[in-house]
Amino acid sequence: MAILTEQEAKKIIDKVLGYAKSDETFVSLSGDRTGNIRYARNSVSTSGETSNLSLGVTAVFGKKSGTATINEFDDASLEKTVRRAEEIARLAPENPEYVPMLGPQTYLKTGTFSESTDKITPEFRAKATFDSLDPCRQKNLTAAGYMEDTTGFSAIGNSKGLFGYNRSTGVDFSITVRTADGTGSGYAARDVNDVSKLSTKAATEVAMQKALASSTARALEPGKYTVILEPTASVELLRNMMGSMDARNADEGRSFLSKKGGGTRLGEKLFDERVTIYSDPMNPELPLDPFGGGGGRFGGGGGDGRPQEKVTWIEKGVVKNMYYSRFWAEKKGVKGVPPPGGVIMEGGTQSLADLIKSTDKGILVTRLWYIRAVDPQTLLYTGLTRDGTFYIENGQIKFPVKNFRFNESPVIMLNNLEALGKPVRAGGQLIPPMKIRDFTFTSLSDAV
Amino acid sequence: MNRRDFNQLIGMGAAGILLPSLPAFSRNVSPESFLESGVDVATKKRLADAALNAAKSKGATYTDVRIGRYLNQFVVTREDKVQNIVNTESYGVGVRVIADGCWGFAAVVDAKSEADTAKAAEKAVAIAKANARLMKEPVQLAPQKGYGEVSWKAPIKKNAFEVPIKEKVDLLMEVNASALKNGANYVNSVLFMVNEQKYFASTDGTYADQDIHRIWPTFTVTAIDPKTGKFETRNTLSSPMGMGYEYLQVNPSDKVTGITTRYNMGYDMLEDVTAAAKQARAKHSAKSVEAGKYDLVLDPSHLWLTIHESVGHPLELDRVLGYEANFAGTSFATLDKWQSKNFNYGSKQVNLIADKTQVGSLGAVGWDDEGVKTKQWDLVKDGTLVNYQAIRDQVHIIGEKESQGCCYADNWGSVQFQRMANVSLAAGKTPLSVQEMIKDVKKGIYIIGDGSFSIDQQRYNFQFGGQLFYEIKNGEIVGMLKDVAYQSNTQEFWNSCAQVCDEKDYRLGGSFFDGKGQPSQSSAVSHGSSTTRFNGVNVINTARKI
Repeated sequence: MAILTEQEAKKIIDKVLGYAKSDETFVSLSGDRTGNIRYARNSVSTSGETSNLSLGVTAVFGKKSGTATINEFDDASLEKTVRRAEEIARLAPENPEYVPMLGPQTYLKTGTFSESTDKITPEFRAKATFDSLDPCRQKNLTAAGYMEDTTGFSAIGNSKGLFGYNRSTGVDFSITVRTADGTGSGYAARDVNDVSKLSTKAATEVAMQKALASSTARALEPGKYTVILEPTASVELLRNMMGSMDARNADEGRSFLSKKGGGTRLGEKLFDERVTIYSDPMNPELPLDPFGGGGGRFGGGGGDGRPQEKVTWIEKGVVKNMYYSRFWAEKKGVKGVPPPGGVIMEGGTQSLADLIKSTDKGILVTRLWYIRAVDPQTLLYTGLTRDGTFYIENGQIKFPVKNFRFNESPVIMLNNLEALGKPVRAGGQLIPPMKIRDFTFTSLSDAV
Repeated sequence: MNRRDFNQLIGMGAAGILLPSLPAFSRNVSPESFLESGVDVATKKRLADAALNAAKSKGATYTDVRIGRYLNQFVVTREDKVQNIVNTESYGVGVRVIADGCWGFAAVVDAKSEADTAKAAEKAVAIAKANARLMKEPVQLAPQKGYGEVSWKAPIKKNAFEVPIKEKVDLLMEVNASALKNGANYVNSVLFMVNEQKYFASTDGTYADQDIHRIWPTFTVTAIDPKTGKFETRNTLSSPMGMGYEYLQVNPSDKVTGITTRYNMGYDMLEDVTAAAKQARAKHSAKSVEAGKYDLVLDPSHLWLTIHESVGHPLELDRVLGYEANFAGTSFATLDKWQSKNFNYGSKQVNLIADKTQVGSLGAVGWDDEGVKTKQWDLVKDGTLVNYQAIRDQVHIIGEKESQGCCYADNWGSVQFQRMANVSLAAGKTPLSVQEMIKDVKKGIYIIGDGSFSIDQQRYNFQFGGQLFYEIKNGEIVGMLKDVAYQSNTQEFWNSCAQVCDEKDYRLGGSFFDGKGQPSQSSAVSHGSSTTRFNGVNVINTARKI
């Protein structure tokens, strides 16, 4: 029952719209089944499966809006929910920034759904976990991991004739392997729409190698280093930067894209010319939900029904687009694209191994952790390396090094680019491994 | 709900999300419905007994049932606009069992009948039995006496849910207007209110009905200097509290005066935002800090977060044992350090206490989520590590006979596990005021309010920012600083603790959003302290050019 077909979803949405008496009405309907399994100390700690189907109704009178949600679907309950939304709307204060709803839209048919993920069973999760745990037990290593899979649908409709439906699936897997004496730790993470592309065994083997190779780490002096950031290391910094590309904040003067004396830095070259970042809902490696508004595992877009389309955010180092709320786009008289559900950074053809081979002196970083903003103006972030940090000399990994704290801005980092490798999917983005010079490490950590 | 969801909900998220993502399974309701009483206690007992009996008949050796009604209200504004008013309610039942020596858990939304709760109990037993073959050793649960039918209510004076929305909107509009009048270009303000109505029943014979209230008034003001193109912000100096609306009805005795006014058990939002707007403006002309070693004088509105990260988390036994290795991390405070009985966590001045009973704190409750009566206990005594935070299935590992009562689930639909108690630094025993403390500092920085925070996965190396920084030279505050962050190592930092002000300066800080676990759960926790001095801490300059 949790997953409805397009026809079933449309029938319910039309019925709800039929009950409405408000000026405008928006209905969102989504359902999913999510399963998870967690393990630590080489043993399963928790596992579970939940399913949910819920419907939200937003009623609007003038510039007043109210939302009510429900997870019961008989006619009386649906009608009651519409009445409740209308009652809340009447009591709400006016929102001067309210923008009338969109009419019918055309949505892309993106490849967010996979049959194999949809069919995951508790036995499948147990087997995937065994494939990860068993090699660790064999080698006297300690595994802690987590796998979560979702299959779901999302449908939206409104009183102006808009309707959209999408199905999506997703799997997140992460694994930390530690040596028995606690001196080494390795990590790997994978996220996919299609579980047949996931091997928990292969990912675990990477984490195992890193755990074994990272014990007896040596201390290097903090300072500026050439680093190779694996995608699992750079993903959060990039995501944070993309999350700061809101046009309103830039126009208001409180963004890294605000310009001295007013205005924004749209059209300015802020990064190395090899930096090109775009989003493309149709990319087979990183399919995105065709519209925002809940349900979709890797969806985004603000939930106002605007279609997701291919957008170039940064091209050859130049800021090409920022994203807009509908209110701000209208106020500024621009088309105004919604925020993306995920981005793709262009890279080269080199593998991670090639990047290492071409490095005289540098540090390989597996993962950055506990990343927090220090200064929103410069996008300065702090955080630490974790689970596999190695010194490279003459094109070879020489020895593991103790973890560092960094203080660095992705804007500075993407100006100090040395080389880019072939993009891979990490944390819902497609990102190349990057070689960066003068990356700022400010202190040492004893953490393993 | 985690911190990121909250930021999105209130429109402070960087992405400016338009529609709220609500807590799992919660539904939007009208604010009036908050005042309706939920399911009565007799019905809850009947629903719980049905689950206890069903689990037992399927072979469970232990069962607990949590029936929860969770109410949230947010009033979200910016400048002269109300952006969002959100009222949510979530009701359901979670059943946890031990069968074949293994935990199992199942939950049911909107459980109305004994058949519903019995079905959840049976599912929990089936899950426990299925997972039992993956266990290396059976769960060892510390015995717990039953307390019969008991109840606990947070000692609030005014239920925030009874205060009309209009009054809340009017307050925030007045707050925003004052910010704009006093030098801010932008202001975001929020009132966030929570009521957890929790019923717990277990096969030990406890039936505990509890009513918990929390409130958090918060804001950010932004001041822009068009000439330089720079912006500065100042966040609230309020603290989320385990209190009702009385937190906003402030008495003069709740205020701590000084270089800026700080607050104790009552918060003057209008006064604070007025000061904040002026201070955000003043930050533009503040001196950029010179990196180096400074003696730090840390206000409780700042120090709570350092305590949270560098004491609260590393002394959670599940982290020490490795259960959080893949996510939150492990801990430097390993069992051998505790067993040695001479591990110097800090200097002799450092006494750190865990407490689930402190009045007005976020973590206060009568019984925890596995039926253990709450209490206070020492974690670090006169500088030495003496204990951890542990729950019923862990205490045998540290040789204790009973749980310390810090088990919590953030929802009826989440499985309970070990969470942080309120962890606080005891006030100094010798009379000492903030003025007297500052008088002795030759080269220092006085830090007020929490800012950026980051710590490694074993809780050694950390870096903290703040809201307000004042330079101290030869015992005097000489002006405002900016671009300040300090970096240290937990053990080194707490051993550099030189002085703690007396109890007259003791105040609580805290967080609504302490995240842990996969899937992640949030918990609310307070941390108290008096103003404290730490000598010779490494300060970095965070200014950059892009």
